[in-house]
Formats: sequence, C-alpha cells, structure tokens
Amino acid sequence: MNTVIISTELAYWAQSLLRVLGGLVAVLLPAGTIVYIFLFKMMSFMQSRLGPMEAGPYGSMQLFAEVGKWLQKEDIVPAAAQAEARIFKMAPLIVLASTFLLVVVVPFGPDAWFTDFETGIFYALAVGSVSVLGILIAGWSSANKYSLLGGLRAAGQLIAYELPMVLAVVGVVIQAGTMNLQQIVVAQNAGSIFGWDGVGNPYILTQFVAFLIFMIAVQAELTQTPFDMPIAESELVSGYMTEYSGFRFLIFFIGEFATAGVFAMIASILFLGGWGVPFAWFGWTDINSVDNWMNVAGPLILFTKMLVLVFFIMWIRFSSPRFREDQLQRFAWKILIPISLINIMVTAVFKVAF
Amino acid sequence: MIASDVLVAQNVGFAIIAALMIFGALRVVTTNNVVHAALWLVVVLAGAAAQYILLAAEFVAVTQVMVYIGAVMVLFLFGTMLTRARIGAEKDLNNKNWYIGLPVAGLLLVTILIALKDGFGDEKMPADADLFTVAQVSDLIFGPYLLPFWALSFLLLAAVIGAIVLARRD
Repeated sequence: MNTVIISTELAYWAQSLLRVLGGLVAVLLPAGTIVYIFLFKMMSFMQSRLGPMEAGPYGSMQLFAEVGKWLQKEDIVPAAAQAEARIFKMAPLIVLASTFLLVVVVPFGPDAWFTDFETGIFYALAVGSVSVLGILIAGWSSANKYSLLGGLRAAGQLIAYELPMVLAVVGVVIQAGTMNLQQIVVAQNAGSIFGWDGVGNPYILTQFVAFLIFMIAVQAELTQTPFDMPIAESELVSGYMTEYSGFRFLIFFIGEFATAGVFAMIASILFLGGWGVPFAWFGWTDINSVDNWMNVAGPLILFTKMLVLVFFIMWIRFSSPRFREDQLQRFAWKILIPISLINIMVTAVFKVAF
Repeated sequence: MIASDVLVAQNVGFAIIAALMIFGALRVVTTNNVVHAALWLVVVLAGAAAQYILLAAEFVAVTQVMVYIGAVMVLFLFGTMLTRARIGAEKDLNNKNWYIGLPVAGLLLVTILIALKDGFGDEKMPADADLFTVAQVSDLIFGPYLLPFWALSFLLLAAVIGAIVLARRD
C-alpha cells in the first residue's frame, strides 16, 4: 500500500464491477484448469491413454466443446418431479452460490481481495456448509429413490466431515491469533522459525496434523473418491445428480471443481502461506511494506499452490477404492475428531508456553 | 433528530429483509409441504443473519449461518427426508388446535414490546458506536463471563448425553 492502490482510484460502482468480474474469474478459471489438467490429462496419463486430443492442440479446447455440448442439451425435469419443478431447478444454483460466497473471503494479494472480513475463515466454513442444503433438496426433488439415497448419504457425510475441518482450522487460528485470512497469510510470511526467517513460518510445519485432517475433510466435503459414497456411479448412478441434464448438470459439475479449487486455495492460505513469499526475502516487515507488484504475483503464487494441493486431491481420487458408509462415518467420528481435539489442546499449550 | 443521524441505507435494508422474513415465517406455517416449510424457515434464518450483519455483528451473523442453516436445518431436512417427505401437497399438516397459538404469540409480542420500551425507552444507538471485534467478544466470554459460559457448556453437554441415553436401546 506504499504506492498507488487500484481501489482508491476507482468509483464505487467500478470497484464493485471489478470485484464481480474478479469473482467470476476466481471461480471459473481454477475450475477449468483443474478439469483440463487433472480430470482430462492426468487421469488419462494414470490410465495409460491420451485423453482428449482432437479439439485444439493436445485437446486443450475440449473444455469449450464440452460446455457447448451441455448448453445445447434439453433442460429436462422428470415427470415425477414436476410437482417440485421449482425446487428441482433451484438446487444446483444453491450449490454454485455457496462456491461464489466462499471465494469472497479469499485474499489474492496485499490489496487484491474481495472483502477483508474479520471472521474470514469462520465465514468460509459457514457458507461452505450451505451447499449441503442444495444437495439435499436436489436429491429429494428428483423424486427418485437413488437420488434421495445419494442426497441423504451426502448430507450425512458432509455433516460428519465438517466437524474435523472446523476443529483442524482452530489450531491454525490459535497459532495465528486471528480468523482474518489476510492476517493469517501475513502471520506466516512475516514469521520466523527460531529466529531464521528464510521460509517464514508456514503452518504446515507446526500444524502438520491439522493440515492432514483438513485435506482429508476437504476430500470428503468434495465427495471425491475414496469418499464418493453419495455419488457412487456404480451403485447409485451418480446419486443426487442422476436426474439433471443440460446446463443444470453443468452447474453441478462446475460447482464441484470450483469448490475443489476454492478449498485448495483456502488450504494453501491456512497452511502454505497463501499469496505471499517469505517477507524477509525482500526486506518487508508487515503488510504495509509489501511491494505493489505482489498484487500481480500474489494471485499467480496462490494459483500455483492451489494446483499443487488439487494435484494431491486428484491423485488420491484416481487411485483409491471407495470407503463403505459405516467406515467413513467411523473414520470421521472416532479417528479424525479425537485427533483434531488433541491437536487443539497441544497447540493451545504451546501457544501459552511460548 | 437531525436527518444525518438516520442511517437511510441501513433502515431501508432492514425494512426489506424484515418484510421478507415475515413473509417467509407466514409461509412456514401456511405451506402444505413439510420440506417447503423447512426451506421457508431457511429464508427466515438467513434473514436474521442479514439483520445481524446490518447491526455490524458479523460474528453472530456467521454463527447464525453455520449453526442454523448449516447444521440445524440440514439435520431437520435430513430427518424429514428419512421418515416422511412426500413430493407435492399434503393434507392434515395443520394441527386443529392452531388458533390456541394466537394468544400466546400476542402475549409474547406484548411482553417483548414492554421489555424493550422499559429497558431502552427513546434511547438510540449512536451511528458511530464502537464496534465489538471478535477478539473483544472472546475476551469477554473467557474473562468476566467465564462462569456462565461454563454453565452453558455443561448444560449442552448434559443435553447431548441425555439424547444419546434416550436414543440408545441397548
């Protein structure tokens, strides 16, 4: 903030317009990149095939072809669901809205943020849980036994794994002393390990247990294998998404991968230092002394860290079998939650001791 | 009162959200489908969260979203869908004694009005009132109000254990 800040020079409407456009980019760009790099190419590579190759060089235009295909399909409401057509049509929008609400608190640079929300991470966890509502009513309004089963399984799973996620975050919040995501980023990059500030103090070092629990919970929240019981295509034919076609299916699809991107961004902010580089490299001390070019480099750094984390999510997704329903519930309630409670206690003791 | 004391945008926002909440609350009790009632209740609870934001109580607002929309309503819908959640309109959703609720609601309204009038009178919150940060709220909870906080936690724990004892058959 030492030189020109873009937000002080623009009128309020221009800022708001920029923020809306930025939000669209921040949701759609990661989703598209994740689908192309990981879902198309990495999965094909792991299965010894080429993946899409026809549309554009190395199939890079395949995404646009897919979106075009979905948009021209008919928007079908099944006959049995006609009585609840409005709710049936609303459900995917709730899921996507929850993703857009999530990205609002993600800081991309010293001045590149949408809102500097004081209760940032708490807000993110709260609106992240709104998507369950959309999934539940999607399953119910489809008027289909398999969809309802899928919706119920999804709700049970998402409730169970939200708890370890919240509890894992508490460790980071205790250590950083704030719930504001921007300040969590600064606390990590301005920090030092026993006086050595070469890499700052990313919380993945001190909160490694919390990081593991958080990533497992993210995997479950996104209903990716091995936690894909709710959409198990071999037994529930995609669960709550079964009856959706055309652009409503596309919205569910975008929602899934955009949420993966946003959760990976939040994980990299909490544990890997977010948009920042260790401040000591350039002699910065706090957020006010960070150079302006970080507003351009920051989003790229965050994007890179996000891709690394999504790589792990997708790696596990493509290479593991499915948990049984009782196994995944027991795993959340009897293993993850006790470990995260112990982690909170240990973190609190160390916070007071040092 | 001079005009600059009135926060116009906030008051307009309050009125719109309040109207939405009242409409939602009416639909909760008049709709003829359990799931629709639950979804209208979500509208009411989200409206309450929005009102908290208008009061600059963002921590309470976020807690409202997390607890009521993210947990209570999801459990509510989950429960209804497991047991009875027919598609389309249902008859017999109204309890035939519903009019007994009217005097109770009226009594509650009068009590709240009297309490508010008695407690605050014509007092107004200054437009530039100090805002409580989350750190201040937590300092209060874990400082002067620690004992009530513990008592509440103990009560909730007892309720949870009681629920498990009642639900388990073995």
